[in-house]
Amino acid sequence: MSGTPGNEPPTATHPRAELRGISMRFGATQALDDVSLALLPGEVHALVGENGAGKSTLVKILAGIHQPDSGTILLDGEPIVIAGPAQARASGIAVVHQEPRLFPDLTVAENVFIGHAPPGRLGTIDWGSTRRAAQALFDQLDVQFDIAAPVRGLSMADQQLIEIAKSLSVDARVLILDEPTASLSAHEVERLFAIVRRLRDRGVSILFVSHRLDEVFDLCDRATVLRDGRHVVTTETSALTTADLVRYMVGRAVSLFPKVETPLGDTLLDVEHLTRAGAFRDVSFSVRAGEIVGLAGLVGAGRTEVARVLFGVDARDAGEIRLGGVPVTFGSPSEAMNGGIAYLPEDRHQEGLVLDFSIAQNVTLPILPRLFPRFLVQSSIERRVAGDNTRQLNVRMTGVDQLVGALSGGNQQKVVLAKWLASKPRVLILDEPTRGIDIGAKVEVHRIISELAASGLGIVLISSDLPEVLAMSDRILVLHEGRITAEIPRDRASEERVMFAATGNVEPIAGGDAVAGALDG
Amino acid sequence: MSATVASASPGRSWMALLGRWETLLVVAIAGLMVLGASLSPFFLTPGNFANLIAALMEVAIMALPMTLIIVAGEIDLSVESMAGLASSLLGFLWASGVPLGVAIPIVLLVGALGGLLNGLLVARGGLPSLVVTLGTLALFRGLALIVLGPRGVSNFPPAFTQLGFGHVPGTLIPWPFVIFLGLALILGIVLHRTWIGRQIYAIGKNTGAARFSGVRVVRVRAGLFVLSGLIAALAGIILTSRLSSARADAGAGMTLTVVTVVLLGGVNIFGGSGTIPGVVLAVIAVAVMQNALRLASVTVEVQSIALGLLLILSVVIPNFAHQAKSAIDRVRGGRPPPAGPVRRGEDVPA
Amino acid sequence: MADPGVAVGSFSAPARGRWLVVVARQRELSLVAIMVVLGGLVTLTAPQFLSVANISQVAVLASVIAVAAMGEALVVITRNVDLSVEATMGLVAYAVASLLERHALDTPGALAFGLGLGLVLGMINGVVVTLFKVPAIVATLGTLSIFRGVDYLVAGSHQVPLASLPPGFTDAARDSFFGVPIFVAIALIIMVIGSVILRSTRFGRQLYAVGSNPEAAAILGIPSRLVVFTAFSLCGLLAGVAGILYVMEFGTINGTSATGLVLAVVAAVVVGGVNIFGGSGTLVGALLGALFLGFIANALILIGLSQFWLQAIYGVVILLAVSADAILVRRIQRATAARRVR
Repeated sequence: MSGTPGNEPPTATHPRAELRGISMRFGATQALDDVSLALLPGEVHALVGENGAGKSTLVKILAGIHQPDSGTILLDGEPIVIAGPAQARASGIAVVHQEPRLFPDLTVAENVFIGHAPPGRLGTIDWGSTRRAAQALFDQLDVQFDIAAPVRGLSMADQQLIEIAKSLSVDARVLILDEPTASLSAHEVERLFAIVRRLRDRGVSILFVSHRLDEVFDLCDRATVLRDGRHVVTTETSALTTADLVRYMVGRAVSLFPKVETPLGDTLLDVEHLTRAGAFRDVSFSVRAGEIVGLAGLVGAGRTEVARVLFGVDARDAGEIRLGGVPVTFGSPSEAMNGGIAYLPEDRHQEGLVLDFSIAQNVTLPILPRLFPRFLVQSSIERRVAGDNTRQLNVRMTGVDQLVGALSGGNQQKVVLAKWLASKPRVLILDEPTRGIDIGAKVEVHRIISELAASGLGIVLISSDLPEVLAMSDRILVLHEGRITAEIPRDRASEERVMFAATGNVEPIAGGDAVAGALDG
Repeated sequence: MSATVASASPGRSWMALLGRWETLLVVAIAGLMVLGASLSPFFLTPGNFANLIAALMEVAIMALPMTLIIVAGEIDLSVESMAGLASSLLGFLWASGVPLGVAIPIVLLVGALGGLLNGLLVARGGLPSLVVTLGTLALFRGLALIVLGPRGVSNFPPAFTQLGFGHVPGTLIPWPFVIFLGLALILGIVLHRTWIGRQIYAIGKNTGAARFSGVRVVRVRAGLFVLSGLIAALAGIILTSRLSSARADAGAGMTLTVVTVVLLGGVNIFGGSGTIPGVVLAVIAVAVMQNALRLASVTVEVQSIALGLLLILSVVIPNFAHQAKSAIDRVRGGRPPPAGPVRRGEDVPA
Repeated sequence: MADPGVAVGSFSAPARGRWLVVVARQRELSLVAIMVVLGGLVTLTAPQFLSVANISQVAVLASVIAVAAMGEALVVITRNVDLSVEATMGLVAYAVASLLERHALDTPGALAFGLGLGLVLGMINGVVVTLFKVPAIVATLGTLSIFRGVDYLVAGSHQVPLASLPPGFTDAARDSFFGVPIFVAIALIIMVIGSVILRSTRFGRQLYAVGSNPEAAAILGIPSRLVVFTAFSLCGLLAGVAGILYVMEFGTINGTSATGLVLAVVAAVVVGGVNIFGGSGTLVGALLGALFLGFIANALILIGLSQFWLQAIYGVVILLAVSADAILVRRIQRATAARRVR
């Protein structure tokens, strides 16, 4: 076996699940190379690594979706072969994926027991027992649920809970959580963690895959780091610092966020008393040239909704938007674009890029009518524009004709940026620009954002990554359930202060010093 | 060679596959021509050619806007009924003494309005085009029946019948064929050389990304349905002229042939890919096939069977080819390929 | 850190979920309500509407469509569609009529043949969709053409006259069973059996699962292809039943019988609240949808509007039903969103 530092302490009990020497190759890529991992009963074990490190391959192997090329899997000391998802479940391994896989038209109870509902007479399903059993499971988890309601319309957090209940219903002894907190608010994360701890105390082994290092330290007992398909280290989380973890993941010491000081110019965007029923109320702020205004808040606070109204996707119910002092109303994204606003959406696959198009085709898509007023497209002009805009962003590609789907996540995000820069906006709204990107690309994107501000753009940065918001913003606006609860200048900003406002405590804008003083002191 | 590089026109981004598809069509046409020539000495005569294509021209003309609609990820099942409504309305107006110079524009306008109904319900209302156009399939046919009832109108002036039945003077080329080619040229340029065409492909591949990139999705979609309705009305007029008779049941069954021709032309039913040249080739292929079958005394019924088979095969064969290609790619190395022909909005793994 | 022992409830208001179920029920109830109201109005102009004879006739005619519609509903629930039902009906109708005419089989034999034929045709659809992976729209448009072509081919220009059918064969259309017309009884029996299967058997739930989230179904190990194949097969079988009922009702069969019925069947399904995107809907709904359409056709005749309005009205009804569904869904979504932000 490879010499792996930080193996389990000699007093550990027998592992519940163990992977020994697992290797897996996809064509030319070695996704996993001789990886070993042991999950003890009653522990929360973090699986950490950059994109492409092999985390999802490992999870898929445990879930029975892939079979490893070599190596053994042991459950309670016995070697097993997990031939498929059904067998994984039968062996007591349950996976809660990032996107819950539930059936929206079926009820909560039915979803929990799908495929293994208690049988009644003549091969039918005993709905009464099913409902009672589902209710019992949710009682165990200490949550309230209307089990007879269809799943459609339930929040992501609730759907995850149903997935966890599902795993309990098959008496899973190994629970794998794959990036579970990506779409959860802080409150929902706490609830999830409470449940995870409860399960751990009952002896379940939990594998917690996550990008969020603060959560790793909060919840997990031990952590395993993968890099480039290889096992780097397995150790107690108490023996690590964040810097250590990042270093293991990336292989080098990284200073996370380069900041750039910029003199501020004219006010580019003015928003006053903006309201959209059911989304947000009475939002007012302004953005100046060279400024980065951070929009912080919990998931669902209404930040993306504000951006969508600014970008013309949704209509506003009240309030005014002024660009360069002139009141505007945008009925569609193309109008917003022509007005000088650009918006980088949260979901770059569904909303940001056409994966089947080339880089050049994606970059020019918004400005086609502008580039070719006489309708006919000339690819030479297209390529030139695309080349110009991607060069300054340092996109790693084989050429502007490469299909965007073939690029890595970080480079795809750069193409989306290039696309919007090509439209020569005055105000750029970025919605979670570094989500799902590995650390190396993240740094680059931050550098680019800084440079853009320095070149005179006004930037609105929507992000759930607190350190990112704190490091990049000149001012931070905090939203809570659709209203602005605080406006915090950079020199007064701290994680505590932002979280305080994000959970609903309103800071008076004027005279905020008293509150600030209390928080700082 | 896996498709990691796009060429200028997005319709050709699956160059490897589609290039082969169009060649396949050319080969098929050649084969069918050989078959036809062997069946009858008349096959290769110009007169026969003229007949060969004339009967299919209404379908062919409707297939052109249908191509754009399917590439954009929608479908319009109501085209045959709009053709019927056009025929019926034309007959009604003519029989009521309205001069053709006025009646024809009115009919075309009705076609555009019908298309607008489809367009509004689908593009602004967000309703699924399959069901909406199924509804308008019934509605337009119903209106046709209400307008003209069971009777036919046939006393059209000879000048009018020249449109559907006549030829370009000095040649045997039927006028409808000229209209078809002209329309194919225009729509071909729109789809493959203008940015409107680029936007259509974007909508078909990833509607969300298109919308967020400033493409006016609602306008483009609605516009395509208006175009489809307008052209269907035109087809109805041509049909009336060719048969010298206006009837409420004109065009019945044409939707199937139109969709068959479009899919046979290599257009993906899920949207996002397909070309006009492919559809033009498919029109020729189907025309040759139908003619060859007719010469071989194959009945209309059997032709119907052949058409249905053709429709199914036009999807099975690319599926099969794609699976074969993926299997080869996998053996050669690279990431696990996507699960099937890339569909609208689905990711290609990064 | 919050006390983990505190039961933090679901963030979704329980009432809303219930509401979705109630609204779905509403579709069936509102259909009945509309029929009652319209029935009242029609009776004012044409009192013969309310007669037992008339209502029976409507129910009998509607039963033929209802049976086919229930089969179609099974397919639509799995997020597919079968446009070839009318051709299956026509082909089975002609086959059964022709067999009886030529005394090639006795009545039970001919009926069995008809059912078997319907099943086989449905299975062909199932194979094309699941094995050859052809999208249902395209596959069933193709088989519509093929089956209809075969029908024409076999029938030629021949028409089986009513007289050459066995005596009493067409009586089933008029006879009653304890006061309930036989056709209606058949439709009701199919509905009851079908509903039990859909509600309470693993297979039935799998139909909904596959239609609700095909990707999740595949991952959970549900045999989606087998489920869809079975749905198409059953649809074909029920179309066969409808074809047999068609013979009993109309007696005279030729190669073009049952042409144009696919619209009525799909309309019945859509009106009956079966979601075209799959995952929800009931056989009760499909049956009520068929009844509703038959009702409108009957009302038309009695009021004195010509038959030609029927097609147009079918069209309008389909458009209205789909629009109503969409508006409802949007209203629910907006209510959900509003509840999250006060």
